[in-house]
Amino acid sequence: MSVSIENGINRMKELIDAPIASYFSSCTNCGLCAQACIFYTETGHAKYTPIRRVEPMRRLWEQEYTLLGKAKKALGLTREVTEQDLRENVELAFESCTTCGRCSMVCPVGNDIVYMIRRMREGLSAAGLAPAELKESAVRTLETGSVMGFPLKTLEAMVKAAEKETGISINIDQPDVDYLLLLSSAEVMQFNEIIGSLAQIFDQAGVSWTLSSSAHEAANPGMHLGASEIEAKMIQRIVDAAIELRVKNVMTPECGHAYMAIRWEGPNVIGRPYPFQVFHTVEVLDQLRQQGKLKTGGCEAERITFHDPCQAARRGGVNQPQRNLLNMVSSNFIEMKENRACNWCCGGGGGMNVIEKSAPLMQRVFNRKKSQIDELNVTTVVTMCATCRNTLEEGIEANNMDVNVVGLTELVANHLLKEKQS
Amino acid sequence: MNEIELLTWARGPGLFWATVIMFFGLTLRLFEILSLGRPKELAEVRDSGVRDGWMLILKRSLPELKHWKYITASYIFHIGLLVIIFFFIPHTQLFRDIFGVFWGGWPNFVIDFFAVLSIAAMIYMLAARFYDPARRILSNLSDYFAWLVTFLPIVTGYMAFHRLGMDYTTMLAVHILSVELLMISLPISKLSHVVTFALARYYTGSNNGRRGITS
Repeated sequence: MSVSIENGINRMKELIDAPIASYFSSCTNCGLCAQACIFYTETGHAKYTPIRRVEPMRRLWEQEYTLLGKAKKALGLTREVTEQDLRENVELAFESCTTCGRCSMVCPVGNDIVYMIRRMREGLSAAGLAPAELKESAVRTLETGSVMGFPLKTLEAMVKAAEKETGISINIDQPDVDYLLLLSSAEVMQFNEIIGSLAQIFDQAGVSWTLSSSAHEAANPGMHLGASEIEAKMIQRIVDAAIELRVKNVMTPECGHAYMAIRWEGPNVIGRPYPFQVFHTVEVLDQLRQQGKLKTGGCEAERITFHDPCQAARRGGVNQPQRNLLNMVSSNFIEMKENRACNWCCGGGGGMNVIEKSAPLMQRVFNRKKSQIDELNVTTVVTMCATCRNTLEEGIEANNMDVNVVGLTELVANHLLKEKQS
Repeated sequence: MNEIELLTWARGPGLFWATVIMFFGLTLRLFEILSLGRPKELAEVRDSGVRDGWMLILKRSLPELKHWKYITASYIFHIGLLVIIFFFIPHTQLFRDIFGVFWGGWPNFVIDFFAVLSIAAMIYMLAARFYDPARRILSNLSDYFAWLVTFLPIVTGYMAFHRLGMDYTTMLAVHILSVELLMISLPISKLSHVVTFALARYYTGSNNGRRGITS
């Protein structure tokens, strides 16, 4: 894609809405957002102050949507947004921000800064300036239906393996079932125990479910890239599959951003509501627990803690189900000092984990998560997002920490009673 | 123009036009924001978010215990300013003359106490713009301008009350003019946050509420 500053500027102008105008109008440059951002707290570099990440957009707002700004522009008293400005902004909007949204929780005037950063990315992407890795990842997903580019055969092989291991048959393209399960590439390749785990849980609970051959992955690099049109195509694929299979519910995998993309952004990017409901895997498990259909036995006695994925918890509103489930299978669950909507990001989200340039910075900001884990003296960190899980595993290994990382669904499945729902 | 004429102008046409500009400007600012609209939420929401929107307007006014020095200074200055504006007896008499409603006022020594505290807090906050790296990199001319036009009325009011500096009539005229500068700066500077903060908090709070997030 060639660089077109005009496209980028037009896209940003299009996206400046009443909330954004109220945010820019209210910011007093108090700088408190910096204290909430791992990239500032762990590096001490003031350039990472969150509100600075949207400075080109602020100038556009002032020049285009305020009377005084328009007057100043007419008199030649403003500095236009240049290609250089946008190029410099790529580092701040993409390469050093996981869009974790912690800054949005502390702003005294209530600015949702990450709401703006998400739209800043749209502008940079429209200008053709987004990081190449994100573009490649989005194109690959569009072409293959898989973030890592796995063909359907790979999933089928994993499904067969899970069937063999559990003795439970797993449906692909089965219509009229309760749930359409979406996975992530990481779950297919690295954490594939989740397929067998869910098969066992659903088998016990008497829930019908299927995978889809046309929409098997939920991850949506279009969202990280800030390319709504690509994001919409990926969402539409899932919507089409869900409609074709006449499912009542779509279940997103243990993946924070997939949940955000499908549950919250999806209907808005395709421009209409869904004829089905969307749930994160742990929401479904918690519903089964409430209905008495999830029966577990025994408790983990070791000290365990939970890492809340930003996009599912802070930004997505899934905060309680994971705790209900953890307390069901653990007698020694300890909260991190800052948790739920105020949890610290692991440093791998927002597409940063695929941007090569960002790797050293990612490692550096993991320090915050490290100290959160260290002070609890736990043996295990549980989470419900494949990207977080990868980031935690890498960080733990790089820092020689003696801690395991486990996915919540897998942990619950390990405690499942071997009895069927009557 | 002598000092009497200056005072008469400041109290009369000056105050009138500053009030007009302030109200017109703030209304325009609100219109500029609201006319941009908010995209309709098409995802199935967990809640209407209305209550969370209103709650966030209140909740983000609660003190955040981290960074307590800056937050405390900010509290002192905001509360001090409100107390001085709305409870200094000569001010309440002015409001009575304009709006016909009188709510008395607080003793001068109380107002004096708040004025001194506010001045100290504002000086601290200015210094904090320089020593905190994040604030320093963010700060630009408009931030210092906003600080100055807010600081001047408090200092000139304090000086007029204590008969410091110039003669009383001139000082009072300067005080009123500085208030007028503040009034006309409200809609065209960062000071517009005195009104738009409520919109910003509402939008964020209601968005979060729709998603089931307590913010």
